[in-house]
Amino acid sequence: MITILETAPLNTIQDQGRPGYRNLGVGSSGVMDPLALKIGNILLGNDLDAACIELQTYPFVIRFDTPTSFAVTGIEAPLTLDGRPVLAWSVETAAPGQMLRVGIPRTGARAYVCVGGGIDVPVVLESRSTQLRGSFGGMDGRFLEAGDKLATQPATEPLSGYGSVPPARVLNHHAVDDKTILLRAIPGTDYARFTPESRERFWNQGWRITPQSNRVGYRLSGRPLAMLEQAELRSYGIIPGIIQVPPAGEPIVQLADANTAGGYPRIATVIEADLWCLAQARIGTSIRFVECNHKTGIAAEQPIKSYLDDLRLMVAQYRASCQSRNGTNSRGKA
Amino acid sequence: MMGTRAILFEAPGAFTMEQQQRIWALMDHAGNRADIQELVPGVTNLLLIFNRSPEDLEQIADWLRNTWESLPPRQIMGRLFEVNVRYGGALGEDLAAVSAHTGLPPKEVIRLHHEGEYTVCAIGSAPGFGYLHGLNPRIATPRKSVPSLNMPAGTVTIGGMQAGISALTGPNGWNSIGYTEICLFDPYRSSPSLFAIGDRIRFRPESIEL
Repeated sequence: MITILETAPLNTIQDQGRPGYRNLGVGSSGVMDPLALKIGNILLGNDLDAACIELQTYPFVIRFDTPTSFAVTGIEAPLTLDGRPVLAWSVETAAPGQMLRVGIPRTGARAYVCVGGGIDVPVVLESRSTQLRGSFGGMDGRFLEAGDKLATQPATEPLSGYGSVPPARVLNHHAVDDKTILLRAIPGTDYARFTPESRERFWNQGWRITPQSNRVGYRLSGRPLAMLEQAELRSYGIIPGIIQVPPAGEPIVQLADANTAGGYPRIATVIEADLWCLAQARIGTSIRFVECNHKTGIAAEQPIKSYLDDLRLMVAQYRASCQSRNGTNSRGKA
Repeated sequence: MMGTRAILFEAPGAFTMEQQQRIWALMDHAGNRADIQELVPGVTNLLLIFNRSPEDLEQIADWLRNTWESLPPRQIMGRLFEVNVRYGGALGEDLAAVSAHTGLPPKEVIRLHHEGEYTVCAIGSAPGFGYLHGLNPRIATPRKSVPSLNMPAGTVTIGGMQAGISALTGPNGWNSIGYTEICLFDPYRSSPSLFAIGDRIRFRPESIEL
């Protein structure tokens, strides 16, 4: 059991999402940074569909009421367990009564508090993710509040003292400098409807992430894009990563809480392999889109897969060696 | 192509019921493919989301073209819903804009709106929201360039050639012309969405406030 002692707004329970209900108008929800949650769950020996707490605002303080292994991924931030500094991207085990504090991140935007076994809230439409618009899933379909008590699923043997290298350091993060992030995107269905000058500018111009950016989508600002002629489109299905251009000409990147359908022209789609970088980009950051094709988009998934495979191997070996040292077998309980 | 893992199939031609029925047929057929994670029918289009990024796009494009050409339209005999609407007033504040755009008096806009019978083409955007076919072209009105920030659930709307009832309170770019009390979605019901594709809807004026 975990008790939330202090939380700013906008923090929710999320898992890898709720695909399969878009035909009922229910978006996938799920973590904005799927890679960070995968890493947390692998570190803790959880199933990949285990749920976590996604933080977007800080500080955040919880108390562990039972012995619990945890890992905070996604960001670099001042983390303390009962005042003692602990590392992000690493597994620690808390004793009952210990308090974890997550301060304002030094890098990244969204932190994932992952716990052994995963957060246990009722599964609604096959997922524990919070569906804010539909007001269901997660903690009664709402943001977390101080005083909330969260149960955890049964966990594997608690182990600690190991971690992963943050993916941004290993994977080619395509940051040209501290303030500009490069995102690969494939031209979309309506690309040719934009003026040649706008098409060129879409790729060449830096787009700033505005404060009107959240889990639904990122609104970008820059010199507006123009279409050859305004088009009234019929509504079509949306997935995270689609970049739409409303009549005012400034793009919106649709993300985890996006509507399942929309009608604005689509200029391009950010490839799935780069969406986690966008999830960790802060408001005010500048982004540049880099044109890529289907083949490059698929190839971009390989380094992520290799990174996760290596991590799985490392965690399995570490756990096995700890267990043999402790004289317990693989089914051993602490 | 929408990113690496989804393909949007768009039917050529006008927004007709027959084109939509062909989309339903395509959706039914695509559901048999082992590589599909999700199928999202839109308005005369179908988004196919694959389990993993398909390597051979040309092969899938061929399959889509051939299937589209060979399948007969799929008729769905849906249920009929009668929906009571309070037209105009604060909850239908864009009635004036629709009237101005179409050059028809508000009363005529309302008459043309409730005279028709509508068919649910697709569910999407918000949980349980149905895209309706059957709007009289004379009252078709483009989406607003600046969306309303907080349109209540139950607002009866027009977006281009499409009609709808908003399912959730929130930002909305469609034109509001009235309001109805109806619960379009409940995740705990055995079928969470009130409407299903193929269902028919009639609007009945409960009151008119101009």
